[in-house]
Amino acid sequence: MDWQLIEESWPVLVAAIPETLLLVFSSLMIGFVLATGIAVLRLSKSQLGSSFAYGYVFIFRSTPLLVQIFLIYYGSGQFRPFFEGIGLWYFLRDPWFCAILALTLNTGAYTSEIIRGGIQSVPWGQLEAARACGMSGFLLFRRIIFPVAIRQALPAYGNEIILMVKATSLASTITILEVTGEAKKILAATWSPVEVFIIAGAIYLTINFVVTRGVVWAEIKLSPQLFRDRKSFWVALFAKDEAPVSADQAAR
Amino acid sequence: MDLTILGWGDTGWGDEMFYGALMTLAVAACAYALGIAIGTGFAAMKLSGSVSLRVVADLYTTVVRGIPELLIIYLVFFGGGSVLRWVAKGIFGYGEFIDLPLFVTGMVCIGVSAGAYATEVIRGAVLAVPVGQIEAARAIGMSKSKRFWRILVPQVARYALPGLGNVWQLTLKETSLISVIGLVEIMRQATVGAGSTKEPFTFYITAFVLYLCLASLSNRGFIRAEVWANRGVRTT
Repeated sequence: MDWQLIEESWPVLVAAIPETLLLVFSSLMIGFVLATGIAVLRLSKSQLGSSFAYGYVFIFRSTPLLVQIFLIYYGSGQFRPFFEGIGLWYFLRDPWFCAILALTLNTGAYTSEIIRGGIQSVPWGQLEAARACGMSGFLLFRRIIFPVAIRQALPAYGNEIILMVKATSLASTITILEVTGEAKKILAATWSPVEVFIIAGAIYLTINFVVTRGVVWAEIKLSPQLFRDRKSFWVALFAKDEAPVSADQAAR
Repeated sequence: MDLTILGWGDTGWGDEMFYGALMTLAVAACAYALGIAIGTGFAAMKLSGSVSLRVVADLYTTVVRGIPELLIIYLVFFGGGSVLRWVAKGIFGYGEFIDLPLFVTGMVCIGVSAGAYATEVIRGAVLAVPVGQIEAARAIGMSKSKRFWRILVPQVARYALPGLGNVWQLTLKETSLISVIGLVEIMRQATVGAGSTKEPFTFYITAFVLYLCLASLSNRGFIRAEVWANRGVRTT
């Protein structure tokens, strides 16, 4: 074990955390909006909209994220004159734009299935009861569908966040120097995989630990009736298991 | 976009891409088998009474599922060669430079990562077998190995099938990552083709379609397998 190398590369890798987090946050934010739209389309009565949403989800979940990233970043270069003509080349030549676009489209497909599952879990009787009280449209969504669906979907969405943290490592293949990118740079220069792996691995595990506890915290906050006193809150925050990541969601 | 460059034979890249797809399938199949073997072992550890074994298995699944696959691939790629040379020199006294066998490296990387997900799938399947059935088997005098092969294995296989189908999809997609170490599968071949013809879109869209075909065809296979496995199960 080369302690000096650990000491030298530790700050470099930690300094790359904001890049990783920026990729995660921006793609999750835009992806969530996209996913909500896709989920609504998928559940809509329109045959065209529903099959479009189905096709989108199918295509993006059946192909590797790496292919999607390369297709957007390198593939767009083949049509450079066209993109220059319509003024999009300024964006498509930027690896950050391409990485966020690919990650957004990818998480949008997976997240829309989570949202769809949440919306479908709302019991029909509750909707009928709300309609009988005179609620409809946005009020029905805000008061009945959304609160129930979010509780149902939260554990799965927490996994989605973790998987996106992992997925951002693929941005390193198109020259972005986030944590994995920096780690590879040090690896190629020093050939000391164990040391670099330990630091980078610890960084990812820490981020993911914070995310899982954050999601558990939100789950507890959304079901306050289960945790009345302070002590049971803290016990639950650290003892409650997160939902296991299922394999169909995990593959990128 | 000129599709003639995807033709078959010496002038086109169609056959190269096709062989790339075969390589993807081969490495995915081997990694999948390895992943299921690893998953079975760690599931047994997780279900065992021993605390230390459970801790080891928990550590494995937490670490592998918590850090990016790309990082694991880099660890094995940059570190595997020196380990291999150290073993060759120390045990077999072979001092020459040894290249890392790419296929095996890729298989191990993907297999280890698929194994973590397979562990949870198999563990869940074992827990789904009613305890009463094991007790009944014991009551009629079945030996331990007979209980295992006659009661546990057939049912665990059936319960685990949907989850293992998902692990296969994961394995298939993850093989694209080992293109970074240079194994010539779909993704690597597409990169090579894109580099020499300067038509990246043509090649990456071909790779995209190939993965789509592999994924949907194998998905269909798993659905048929599930129907077959559940043929004797009564449904209400």
